[in-house]
Amino acid sequence: MPLRNQDDMYKRRKRRTAKNNIFRTLFFTATTVGLIVLAMLIYRVLSQGTGSLSWDFIRNFAAPYPDEAGLLAGIVGSLYLMGIVAIFSIVVGVSTAIYLEEYAKKGKLTTFIQMNIQNLAGVPSVVFGLLGLTFFVYVLDFGYSLLTGGLTMSLLVLPIIVVSSQEALRSVPSELKEASAAMGASKWQTIFRVVLPAALPGMITGSILALSRAIGETAPLLVVGAATAIYSLPDSVVDSYTVMPIQIYSWISKPGDEWPLLAAAGIIILLIFLLIMNTIAVLIRNKFQRRY
Amino acid sequence: MSTIAKPIVKKQSEEKTIEKDSVFGVSNLNLWYGTDQALYDIHMDIYKNEITAIIGPSGCGKSTFLKTLNRMVEMVPIVKTSGTIKYNDENIFDPKYSVEDLRTRVGMVFQKPNPFPKSIYDNVAYGPRIHGIKNKKDLDTIVEKSLKDAALWDEVKDRLHENAYGLSGGQQQRLCIARCLAIEPDVILMDEPTSALDPISTMKVEELVQNLREKYSIVIVTHNMQQAARISDKTAFFLNGELVEFTETDQLFSNPADKRTEDYITGRFG
Ligand SMILES: Nc1ncnc2c1ncn2[C@@H]1O[C@H](COP(=O)(O)OP(=O)(O)O)[C@@H](O)[C@H]1O
Ligand SMILES: [Mg+2]
Repeated sequence: MPLRNQDDMYKRRKRRTAKNNIFRTLFFTATTVGLIVLAMLIYRVLSQGTGSLSWDFIRNFAAPYPDEAGLLAGIVGSLYLMGIVAIFSIVVGVSTAIYLEEYAKKGKLTTFIQMNIQNLAGVPSVVFGLLGLTFFVYVLDFGYSLLTGGLTMSLLVLPIIVVSSQEALRSVPSELKEASAAMGASKWQTIFRVVLPAALPGMITGSILALSRAIGETAPLLVVGAATAIYSLPDSVVDSYTVMPIQIYSWISKPGDEWPLLAAAGIIILLIFLLIMNTIAVLIRNKFQRRY
Repeated sequence: MSTIAKPIVKKQSEEKTIEKDSVFGVSNLNLWYGTDQALYDIHMDIYKNEITAIIGPSGCGKSTFLKTLNRMVEMVPIVKTSGTIKYNDENIFDPKYSVEDLRTRVGMVFQKPNPFPKSIYDNVAYGPRIHGIKNKKDLDTIVEKSLKDAALWDEVKDRLHENAYGLSGGQQQRLCIARCLAIEPDVILMDEPTSALDPISTMKVEELVQNLREKYSIVIVTHNMQQAARISDKTAFFLNGELVEFTETDQLFSNPADKRTEDYITGRFG
């Protein structure tokens, strides 16, 4: 028996340990590279941007001179946009997930839809911009408005919300659904009273992460005509608007030494938003960690 | 495998004279999971205010049969059935028959305690609420009565609004029984309700089941033959999806008619 041979065993063990070491080093290096890049990014942004941070920077509209320019329109625009995206994509996304998980018969069609939703999550964001341009701007005639931007962005994050909500629904133990059904509850009663409450934390976490994706996206909004500089806040959903990443983008591409510094300050604000949203998502996830 | 505690032999009964009401009349029942047949041509009458035990080796179709009685088995999409099950003279497979109604009258307690991640109160009030009872006083009354009937009231009356997951396994199972009683069923189906419990909790649940007999008809699956012998009036022995023998519990354990039953209860297999 080769396994019994001490010498052989020793050699094999040595080979296995060596292999393990190689992989560990590899993974460690990869992680380090990521961390270093992230640290560099943050350092660069902070060192360039903090100088321009002030209350005025948050309170002011865009302006022809860097020292007067502010991010107000972008911040408010981003928040409005989030609002539209949240309402639309969560309602549609969660409904879709409920339908697919709880109602749809498992079959070829469902599998096909499922596959396409997953593929949709991988489609480049510009493509969603083009879709929005064609459908919301030209077909529905919403113009280059906040509504167009919000709906386009909703389409972009919809797959993320559907998939994460489906996962949340799937993680609800079937024993709970059975308990409810066995008491004569209708399907909807079971979903509403047992499944949704149990899946809610997962859904909220997924939705917040989806929204934080939307808050940082630029490309599709450029395509559907978000303004780079506006001097008033949108009054209604059909007004023109801008968002943080687009203002930042416009500042970066301006000539002169001071604009990039302003852009860095804008990035800091954007990062703060992202950080807050992700923290909330993590807190919710930890608070409601599965208790079954 | 231990042998059965000394079976109490009753005199061979000509007591068929008292016509008992049957709650379930099962005839020609066949069931398939996809192409795999799990139940073969079952005929069986289940009587009112009796405890009917179902025994048999694991995989013989006990749970499947039990879940057919309240059509919970249909939660598995590939299930197909043929034959009839009459519940109070109505065929439950009739397309017009409402499963919600059926399950309101035929309650179920599962193998693993499965309370909702809600308070003790909300667990028991769940059933009444889904059936439209909103009045706080009414709910309070039902909750208290159900918990008392499930012999759990004294242990939980001071913490009704705490999460049910804080209860022990045995308490959780009695909570599930209380939750089931709260919908005021006529029949209670129990699928190995004590298999996940320690001996003391098992004893409590067994006692409880026997007390429930007065008001309810109970069908209980167990792979513990002593348990069947201790608590049931009639016992059905299933093997490989067939109902081999179904008779008075005393008789089945003391004087089985079928060789396979005898082999099983004497521990020759299973
Ligand atoms: N959900 C299911 N899908 C397919 N086959 C199943 C399913 N549940 C049970 N079966 C099969 O049906 C037979 C009876 O199972 P079950 O009723 O659970 O037996 P028991 O409760 O007596 O242990 C077994 O052969 C089992 O493999
Ligand atoms: Mg079973």
